[in-house]
Amino acid sequence: MTASPVLMQGNEAVAEGAIAAGARFFAGYPITPSTEIAETLSRRMPEVGGSFIQMEDEIASIAAVCGASLAGLKALTATSGPGFSLMQEMIGFAEMSQIPCVIVDVMRGGPSTGLPTEPSQGDVMQARWGTHGEHSVIALVPSSVYECYTLTVEAFNLAEQYRTPVIVLSDALIGHMREAVSLPEPGSLRIAERGIPDCAPEEYDTVMSDLDNILPRPPLGSPFRVHVTGLVYNRRSGAPETGDPEVASDLGRYLREKIYHHRDAIARVEEYQMEDAEVAIFAYGSVARSAKAVVKWSRAHGAPVGLVRPITLWPFPTLAVDRMAEQVRTIIVPEMNIKQMSWEVQAAVAGRAKVVDLGRVDGKLITPVQIEELVKSEFYYHDWEKS
Amino acid sequence: MSALVDEQRLEKPPAGDYKLPRIKPHATSEIIPWLRTPKTIWCPGCSNGTITRALIDAILGLKLDPEKVVVVAGIGCSGRIAQYLEYSTVHTAHGRALAVATGIKVADPSLEVIVAMGDGDCSAIGGNHFIHAARRNIDVTALIFNNSIYGMTGGQMSPTTHTGDRSTTSARGNVEAAFDLCELAHAAGATYVARGTAWAYRQLVDVIAGGVAHKGFAAVEAMTACPVYYGRFNLTADPAEFLKGQKQHAVPADTFVEGESRQREHYPVGLLHHSERAEFVTSLARVREQAREEAQHG
Repeated sequence: MTASPVLMQGNEAVAEGAIAAGARFFAGYPITPSTEIAETLSRRMPEVGGSFIQMEDEIASIAAVCGASLAGLKALTATSGPGFSLMQEMIGFAEMSQIPCVIVDVMRGGPSTGLPTEPSQGDVMQARWGTHGEHSVIALVPSSVYECYTLTVEAFNLAEQYRTPVIVLSDALIGHMREAVSLPEPGSLRIAERGIPDCAPEEYDTVMSDLDNILPRPPLGSPFRVHVTGLVYNRRSGAPETGDPEVASDLGRYLREKIYHHRDAIARVEEYQMEDAEVAIFAYGSVARSAKAVVKWSRAHGAPVGLVRPITLWPFPTLAVDRMAEQVRTIIVPEMNIKQMSWEVQAAVAGRAKVVDLGRVDGKLITPVQIEELVKSEFYYHDWEKS
Repeated sequence: MSALVDEQRLEKPPAGDYKLPRIKPHATSEIIPWLRTPKTIWCPGCSNGTITRALIDAILGLKLDPEKVVVVAGIGCSGRIAQYLEYSTVHTAHGRALAVATGIKVADPSLEVIVAMGDGDCSAIGGNHFIHAARRNIDVTALIFNNSIYGMTGGQMSPTTHTGDRSTTSARGNVEAAFDLCELAHAAGATYVARGTAWAYRQLVDVIAGGVAHKGFAAVEAMTACPVYYGRFNLTADPAEFLKGQKQHAVPADTFVEGESRQREHYPVGLLHHSERAEFVTSLARVREQAREEAQHG
């Protein structure tokens, strides 16, 4: 069931997706090209009984989001590269203290002020490794306005399910693009709600989350008198314990495994025309749109080309990349950065196929023609022209 | 009204004849249940324990529902208070406690949010959050443990280290001027500003209680003794002497003469500023109400 189509911008779709997911708190700081998310939510949040706060900077924004989530609300913030960098400290706090929240990064050209109004995919490694210390991360990459909506909902679901911050990596092109979308009917979406622990408050310190049963965090001000800390803590009692290497190791490994153990369940890809593909394009976000066009053109020429589009960039979709590496002779990785994901693909492919990278950092979208040039060079002339 | 005057910033004096709450200190046996542990990492002679007790005394004296009390702390010596108190507690990142507290209070206005910060937490790395929390006049209480130095990291100068003072990063004397945290809070828009000392315990309890009871942003500066670093480098390494120094240098606010007595260690104590103006969480609720009415009447 879908509603009648509406013309919507990617950033607006993120905002509406957040509301649909049950988010009732937004804190942010204006930054191009993410600002429409804040503008939309400043209007929408009060309408649904939620709160919008424009904070003094991005550090405060993610800090307030952590606070609101601890008090029991689903909460998000939205920013772009420079603001995302400022948020990394508190993203680490959220990882460590296991606070579900959503961070939307609408990527633009960088580093620094860079190309503030132009798209980029330069933050994909910042999303993975931006904060300090050992941690795991979930990052989703929409490549359409519709996905801006559905993946924002999914981001909240994953945040609640795994009690972790989840990053939505949009970009200036997806964020500012308008498409006619038929949004899913309210009620047709899966919405993960925050539960409360299934035990008596006084027992809370003695029960412990494990990888297959991640307990919800009770809200502040409930009979569960919790201590939340960024220090290394005992997973059972929640009490800080920095003097015991075993406690630190147990927590550190748990925080990583919490996501890695479930990565095949979390990781999502779209495989397009891959059944008989000999050459694959591995492309994500806005670039995947160009890549899809190339697959169609190539197929029209009779060239067996397919697309693997990661929807979940982190955890890295290892299974899909394995399948692709076993099947094709060449993998082309076009991205609006220089080799950030192609290195990752190369490492996962481990010599089983040739990996060709195509980077662009001038703030312009990688065009289908650019990708097609590389695809063509993978086929004999007569094969390409035989159609 | 001049266009330059922001209506939200217009203050009025509190209704009636305002007096600080008078809290009768509680027996140690009443205090202890609110501590998670008898052990702290604070140095011998440190006043942080005194301030912790004063906070519990104030919470008990105001008869707050303990389930609704949330203590949010930053990083440093003072930050450790979060793990020692038997309330809902959040030990955040350095300087970020007020920003986290803002999210907590907005998300659940029924909570009594008390933020414990050090002087560096509050006015260096968290300075921006401090002035903006004051400007918004959000109903949280900032309890600032001022020891005039970074204690946890071993005695470096902070924004409240006075000119000429020595520290491990100002061995030849600090060339910078110190912040007066209460003046800063007032200028930024805090509607309750008070200062107490570890020396004058009952006054400290009362100014904390006044801040917690106040509807709006309350800044309460608690002057703590740090004989191990600040004292040893500048005044005295003897905790008792340090506290006696507080007695000499703290001047009751009503007898304090601006300019004449404000010197290196002279400062007014007690209630320094108290007013009323629009509170942030209440204003947000009004916006929600307005949005709902618009939706009903098209």
